[in-house]
Amino acid sequence: MAWFKKTRTPRPTASDKPSRVPEGLWVKCPGCSQAIYNKDLSANQNVCPKCAHHFRINASERLRLLFDDGEWTEHDPDLVSTDPLRFTDTKSYISRLKAGQAANGGKDAVIVGSGLLDNIPTVIAAQEYGFIGGSMGVVVGEKITRAIERAIVERCPVIIVCCSGGARMMEGALSLMQMAKISGALARLDRARLPYIAVLTDPTTGGVTASFAMLGDLHIAEPKAQIGFAGPRVIEQTIRQKLPEGFQRSEFLLEKGMIDLIVDRREMKAVIANALVFMGATRVGPPIVVRSLPVSQPEPAAQGS
Amino acid sequence: MPADTLEFEEPIAVLLKEIEALSMLPQTDAREREIESLRRRIASVREDLYRTLTPWQRVLVARHPSRPGIEIFIERLFTGFTEIHGDRRFADDHAIMTGFAEFHGQPVLIVGHVKGGDTKQKIFRNFGYARPEGYRKALRAMRLAEKFRRPILVFVDTPAAYPGIESEERGVAEAIAVNLRDMMLLDTPVLVVVTGEGGSGGALGIAIGDRVLMQEYSIYSVIPPEGCAALVWRDASKKAEAAEALKLTAPDLLGFGIIDEIIPEPVGGAHTDHALTTQLLDGVLTRLLAEVSALDNATRLEQRYQKFRSMGRLGLEFLDEAAG
Ligand SMILES: [Zn+2]
Repeated sequence: MAWFKKTRTPRPTASDKPSRVPEGLWVKCPGCSQAIYNKDLSANQNVCPKCAHHFRINASERLRLLFDDGEWTEHDPDLVSTDPLRFTDTKSYISRLKAGQAANGGKDAVIVGSGLLDNIPTVIAAQEYGFIGGSMGVVVGEKITRAIERAIVERCPVIIVCCSGGARMMEGALSLMQMAKISGALARLDRARLPYIAVLTDPTTGGVTASFAMLGDLHIAEPKAQIGFAGPRVIEQTIRQKLPEGFQRSEFLLEKGMIDLIVDRREMKAVIANALVFMGATRVGPPIVVRSLPVSQPEPAAQGS
Repeated sequence: MPADTLEFEEPIAVLLKEIEALSMLPQTDAREREIESLRRRIASVREDLYRTLTPWQRVLVARHPSRPGIEIFIERLFTGFTEIHGDRRFADDHAIMTGFAEFHGQPVLIVGHVKGGDTKQKIFRNFGYARPEGYRKALRAMRLAEKFRRPILVFVDTPAAYPGIESEERGVAEAIAVNLRDMMLLDTPVLVVVTGEGGSGGALGIAIGDRVLMQEYSIYSVIPPEGCAALVWRDASKKAEAAEALKLTAPDLLGFGIIDEIIPEPVGGAHTDHALTTQLLDGVLTRLLAEVSALDNATRLEQRYQKFRSMGRLGLEFLDEAAG
């Protein structure tokens, strides 16, 4: 198949700077309210050096943190939605797509790359929240499915860094079916006895949670990420009461048994590499990542959960 | 025949009232002729209305309280139904029903959502909103069918998976996800029929099969029109516009290649004639079950995979190929 051969090196784009971190020299941390020097923040993988609050980062930053030397080969960057529903609400979907493309540099809400993770050949898909809320439509579905199929052919692990509000409404039931399509590909990956690790970041919700985010050999979450199926507002309207503090956060899911571990972003690569070795992944060179922080203990779940 | 009419069926309701009024009068030949002519007018008005239903009107028909679902079909289409309960983990969910029965003498497993008829039943069935244990019960039963190589018939009719605290606590997302993955590999024929509302992940969670069908006036959507309207228009009353934009009707889904066939309904919708609805369903299920059962197992599984694998191809463009 032609698309297996078509690869790209990472594009230098405007989106390469961390998103969600305000411009300027200083940023106020939502975790500890302290002012942090922007350079300190980016040197620390966008984790607050004072309180370990995890700022949201974009997809290419994710790949840079996980792949050795921040290098990877990008796959299928040119797949683009044709707006199959001709969807228009207050704005046309086409104009939303164009705005997303202009703001992020990519053509849709996921970047797929292959490369080395601690000298382990790995395929990684990272969702881009900055592109229509990281929502999953036909392009995201196709790119992730191809990523999984590529891993089956190359017999290497798959990592998906989840960051999404769920299915893309503007592609209707076609977006819903991407849940089935990706889950089917993961079934084949599973049968091929190849590792799949789901990394759950803030936020991972809706149809993404109800498909590939919950089908990992391991579910690794960043601290305090929002992870759930139904939106908090929908639940509150249904049950007519306020949700408990910490509901649908990583620590809550750990307590309820839905995720395997919570890992600080600065430790993520080392923990993943370690897990991949357990799962039989092959290294093409010596390990290069060293753990920098002590192994963290899970924090107690928030009160009321 | 249930006489309850929907808001857009006002002209029919008026005629029905006329018939009711005439029925109070003493019985004469003239009265009978008048009633007969009103009945013919109802039929023709209904035919006109249903020929040009808007997407929102289809939503209303799909949600009609008298619309037949799994319980009616079990009664009319199958013999010797034995319901089985529970997910062997936590509880028995009442919004999803499963059990075995015979379909024209052939043992099959039946799985599907139940919304419930009267108020008491609706509450018992949680209005068809399944919790995680419902999806887990469904998969457990389907594994049973797989073990004994019995075909599975799935009836889908749910507004959504239940959005509540306990659903999240017990991993409704995980339950649905596992079903999507594992149904793809179930080594036995699976037919899926959307009979009413195909509500998002809550529907899809039991809707992976070799053939996916929709009854003519059922809907299948990524989000309820009300939710879509509230989200993008910030105005839940824009539900008709949302229903239109979401392309959630059976002909839309057939056009997208998501479903394989549309099962015709009586003019006026399935709720107007349960017997005819069942008969139309029977014909399609019988034919497709034979078709899918005739395939060898490996071919059937490969076709099931490719069917879902190809969904969405029409919605994307590959610029490299377009350019080169
Ligand atoms: Zn801080």
